[in-house]
Amino acid sequence: MTIMIDTGNYIAAKAAVMAKPDVVPAYPITPQTTLVEGIANYVGTGEFKGEYICVESEHSAMCACIGASAAGSRTFTGTSSHGLLLMHEMLHWAALARLPVVMCNINRVVGPGWNIWTDENDSISQRDTGWIQFYCSSNQEIFDTVIQAFKLAEHKNVGLPVMISYNAFILSHTSMPVEIPEQQVVDDFLGKYVPQWKLDVDNPITFGNIIGPSDYYKVRRAMQDAQDNAKKLIPQIAKEWKQKSGFYHGDLLELYKCNDAEYILLAMGAIGAESKVAIDEMQKKGIKIGLARVRTFRPFPTEEILKLGKQADLIVIDRNISIGLEGALFTEVKAALYGKSDAKVHGFIAGLGGKDVPYTDVETICKKAIDGKAKEYEWYGLEEA
Amino acid sequence: MCHFHFGAWEGTVMSSESLVEICLHGRGGQGAVTAANLLVAAALNDGNKGVQAFPFFGAERRGAPLRAFARISDSVIHLRSEVYTPDLVIVLDESIMDIVDVLKGLKNDGTVLINTRKKPDDFDFSKKFNVATVDATGIAIKHGILVGGMPVVNTPILGSVPRVLDRVTLPSIQGAIKNKWKGGLAEINVKATKDAYEEVEVNF
Repeated sequence: MTIMIDTGNYIAAKAAVMAKPDVVPAYPITPQTTLVEGIANYVGTGEFKGEYICVESEHSAMCACIGASAAGSRTFTGTSSHGLLLMHEMLHWAALARLPVVMCNINRVVGPGWNIWTDENDSISQRDTGWIQFYCSSNQEIFDTVIQAFKLAEHKNVGLPVMISYNAFILSHTSMPVEIPEQQVVDDFLGKYVPQWKLDVDNPITFGNIIGPSDYYKVRRAMQDAQDNAKKLIPQIAKEWKQKSGFYHGDLLELYKCNDAEYILLAMGAIGAESKVAIDEMQKKGIKIGLARVRTFRPFPTEEILKLGKQADLIVIDRNISIGLEGALFTEVKAALYGKSDAKVHGFIAGLGGKDVPYTDVETICKKAIDGKAKEYEWYGLEEA
Repeated sequence: MCHFHFGAWEGTVMSSESLVEICLHGRGGQGAVTAANLLVAAALNDGNKGVQAFPFFGAERRGAPLRAFARISDSVIHLRSEVYTPDLVIVLDESIMDIVDVLKGLKNDGTVLINTRKKPDDFDFSKKFNVATVDATGIAIKHGILVGGMPVVNTPILGSVPRVLDRVTLPSIQGAIKNKWKGGLAEINVKATKDAYEEVEVNF
């Protein structure tokens, strides 16, 4: 084990290279650029022995991932914001083809107005592509999740691509200490990739040809089953990685001081880490509040959130907005409780466009909800300059 | 707060309970972000379990004022927000003080470390805050730490930090420099930090 102090992007590059992908096609975009620079550097040092393909766009990057993965290769890429959006068609393709591509997405605002700071609208708007979605809150979690993502994606009961999202700059460009295990630990954990199907000249098959309505219907159902399987596997894989590396960041949720909580805050990404400080401060003041940091948006932790809704009232912070309705996490938390819990649920939008959300703001949000002064749904901090 | 003696110099060293927040002011290209990274690498080596270093989030332009941040703590750091109330401000380029309020948010018992040929008492805010000064530019020129003919002050000024902050030691800062650079380049930077350690002047 060694300690590496580096930014989220360089840590993700390290994790990706240690997972030994056969192919990494990538196209740079701020704030993802240093991630692919990091991998390119490992080509130079000889630590990355796979194929690194400089492509001409993110659409091509995902196409190359699909081609490589269909040929039975372990594949990795990274992107952000408009790059992710340019991949959109191919994201559906990768998931429907059941290809275990692993990709980091650095959560960046979608323009215009042009803005390179963080919010989660880029990945949230890819919710229905069939990809498994993780949201990280520390560089250590980025490292551990990238490694675990390959195991999950490639599992015979899953076979779906995995997207690991983390906040622009707040994680991508912030240096933190990360414990890096020995290569052997990663090798033993992941094992050799055995594709469920692949394009093979010695055993010709066709994939993606025309199929009729009833067969296509089954294809969709099989994807849903795979996501349901992932729900069970994510905690198992997290536990196994904990035994091997010592690190554990939660299952579908990370619960923080939720015992006896009368209120539970739900948040994702970096706000989920910052909120721990807010929870500590509020508990010092005698407020019975805990935190459930949502690590996977797909599969959605419906049962786990329902359990929280039977214990406490819920406060949801969304760093995204489904225009015309409300924050996406807020909607889905309410759906998880529908007809089964009487918990009050408050939704807050915060931090869009990269607006900083310090723990003092999280505290203000929670107290407003607890004191009965919040609407069911509101935008926090709009009035500030 | 604790006191210690170092040769002819006697000072009071900042010692926060746990979390120390640091803001570095420089200009694009002066290496403020590198300085923040080296500082936290040294702090981790000195037994601080939680460290963080990050630039001001956004695009950087060469020559334009910019900030970088560092956090040092006894435990894992969950904060992901900007630094609003620093304990220590490090000014790499004193001309920035004409256009940027480097004291903004500085805690009442906070410290400002400035690269300047002036003395602490030359700054009117030295009545209110702890002020430390060092001629890091002169030290950089003396040791030939130049890029494109311009003195680079980010590593020399780090040598003064252990004199105003007891969470990090000079050997650890020098170790972080040796991890980042090799050979002669590391050697001149290490020598510069020693000079900056010895030559810093304080008003506290």
